Amino acid sequence: MKRRRPIYGLLAEFDNPTDLVAAAQRVHDYGYTKMDAYSPYPIEELHEAMGMHGNKLPFLVLCGGILGGLGGYFMQYWMSVIDYPIHIGGRPLHSWPSFIPITFEMTVLGAALTAVFGMLALNGLPMPYHPVFNVPSFALASRDRFFICIEAADSKFDPDATRRFLETLKPRAIAEVPH
Amino acid sequence: MDKDFNPKTLVADPERPPIIEPGHTFGSVSDKIGSFVLTHRTPKGWWVGFGIGFVGVMLLGQTLANLLLRGTGIWGVTNPVGWGFDIINFVWWIGIGHAGTLISAILLLLRQEWRTSINRFAEAMTLFAVACAAMYPLFHTGRPWLAIYWLFPYPNTMGIWPQFRSPLMWDVFAVATYGTVSLLFWFVGLIPDLATLRDRSRKRIPRFIYGMLAMGWRGSARHWSRYETAYLLLAGLSTPLVLSVHTIVSFDFAVGVIPGWHATIFPPYFVAGAIFAGFAMVLILAIPIRAFYRLEDFITMRHLDNMAKIILVTGLIVAYGYMMEAFFGWYSANPYESFMILNRMKGPYATIYWLLIACNVLAPQAFWFKSMRASIPALFIVSVIVSFGMWFERFIIVVTSLHRDFLPSSRGMYYPTRWDFGMFFGTIGLFISLLFLFLRFLPMISIFEMRTILPQAEVKEVK
Repeated sequence: MKRRRPIYGLLAEFDNPTDLVAAAQRVHDYGYTKMDAYSPYPIEELHEAMGMHGNKLPFLVLCGGILGGLGGYFMQYWMSVIDYPIHIGGRPLHSWPSFIPITFEMTVLGAALTAVFGMLALNGLPMPYHPVFNVPSFALASRDRFFICIEAADSKFDPDATRRFLETLKPRAIAEVPH
Repeated sequence: MDKDFNPKTLVADPERPPIIEPGHTFGSVSDKIGSFVLTHRTPKGWWVGFGIGFVGVMLLGQTLANLLLRGTGIWGVTNPVGWGFDIINFVWWIGIGHAGTLISAILLLLRQEWRTSINRFAEAMTLFAVACAAMYPLFHTGRPWLAIYWLFPYPNTMGIWPQFRSPLMWDVFAVATYGTVSLLFWFVGLIPDLATLRDRSRKRIPRFIYGMLAMGWRGSARHWSRYETAYLLLAGLSTPLVLSVHTIVSFDFAVGVIPGWHATIFPPYFVAGAIFAGFAMVLILAIPIRAFYRLEDFITMRHLDNMAKIILVTGLIVAYGYMMEAFFGWYSANPYESFMILNRMKGPYATIYWLLIACNVLAPQAFWFKSMRASIPALFIVSVIVSFGMWFERFIIVVTSLHRDFLPSSRGMYYPTRWDFGMFFGTIGLFISLLFLFLRFLPMISIFEMRTILPQAEVKEVK
């Protein structure tokens, strides 16, 4: 057997979301773990087929919101009561009802920033280069094609056996993904 | 989205127009929306529209330069009316922005799929309206270069902090948060579409720019899962945020003791007015864009009809607000309150008050009739009338309450100068310019969300 250049994985191309979900289910059931599916829009069924359950983001956003709210309140407390106390209209220094609107806004701001930057960080973005972009037809993944990639790093991966397995899924095409 | 929800049933309803005309595929949707951006030829009409806006930007530049050289004395504001066009236009613009957030966040949570083809440019409208709104209070400070330490709590050499007990500070935080969250929401929605533009553009420079902005988005299922979570959470966060922003804007008035301002009805009445004015602006923008770019198959009569209904509902809430103001003027038995409402109806600014009633209460009643909601000229004209009406409303709230408060000695009149109008028309020009740049360089309709509402996007049961 002649030596091949190491590859990132094998990419199978599908025409429609139904075939993609069915194929992803088969790949997952077969035991491949280092795999990913690519689609031009989010497909709820695909997440189930790939055995994905929830993610950490909501918890992070909750923490971001709580931190933002506490930070907002104590910022106002520290500035108005401790660092620069100033009497206005006989109101108490710690006039907490006046601090609520800004506390609320800071809660939303903290949570929203965590949602966006947390999502990007967990997704590993920005990542301008990725091996799947080396396959020319992958440009259609952002238009109307659906892809499954099994990575060579998977313990079950074998260039020939995996290709034969992918062929049983009846894809439109199979391509090697170079590094 | 849950499994029971089938977008096809929305399309198949024979009584109502569909939310997307049949016959489209994933490819045709992507190509049609992408083509407005990727085409080499800029339509002549685009140059005309952008040119009109750019004239306004020049006017804005001249007005602001004159303002900074000579000070706020060039405006009509004086004692007792210290809040003239600045606060009127600030509230008007920020209110217009609210429809964009309502469409993108609240209608998303309510699973109103028809929002899909209008949310992108409505969000852009929000951003540009907030940018226009924010200029007014900033320049109203007179010395915007000092406003940073008046408005934002940053450690400065004077060792002082802003006054957090003031509604004006709450407003700074509300508007700053609103602007930031709107920008993030808009940008997150754009990421997958920027990836589409990256993959479709044939020239190096656009491909590079869209590629950098898309940040390497590749449509991975693992990414989509977190993306959808983030998008939904942002919608959930924006919903209370948008309500809080106009509530806090209304606190600028309601926390004061001036007759006509000191009312508990202000927050809901302001929020409804914001949505009312905002949807009118969405219609004013959507109708010409739809005709110019031939988007009748994406922005269907169903969208226009639904927006007209929202204008009618919020218009009725606003009308209730006017009724309650008049009722409490009498029922409070407070001479200043009753004088305030009578002064609005019969005083020096009575013409504007009755114009406001005609524009905001009478005009939207046309939308009770299906024939009116189906007529594009009627939709456009009523929307323009409502936009004027909401501007009159803010004029009445700001000016009539200030020009006659408690003591006859503190009575006066407010007359805007040409520099007031210069800044107002200038911000309209800025808004139009930004909108035209957006239409030319970014997808005006969310491409990936349009794909999800196509019938073929549905995953069929596998045998």
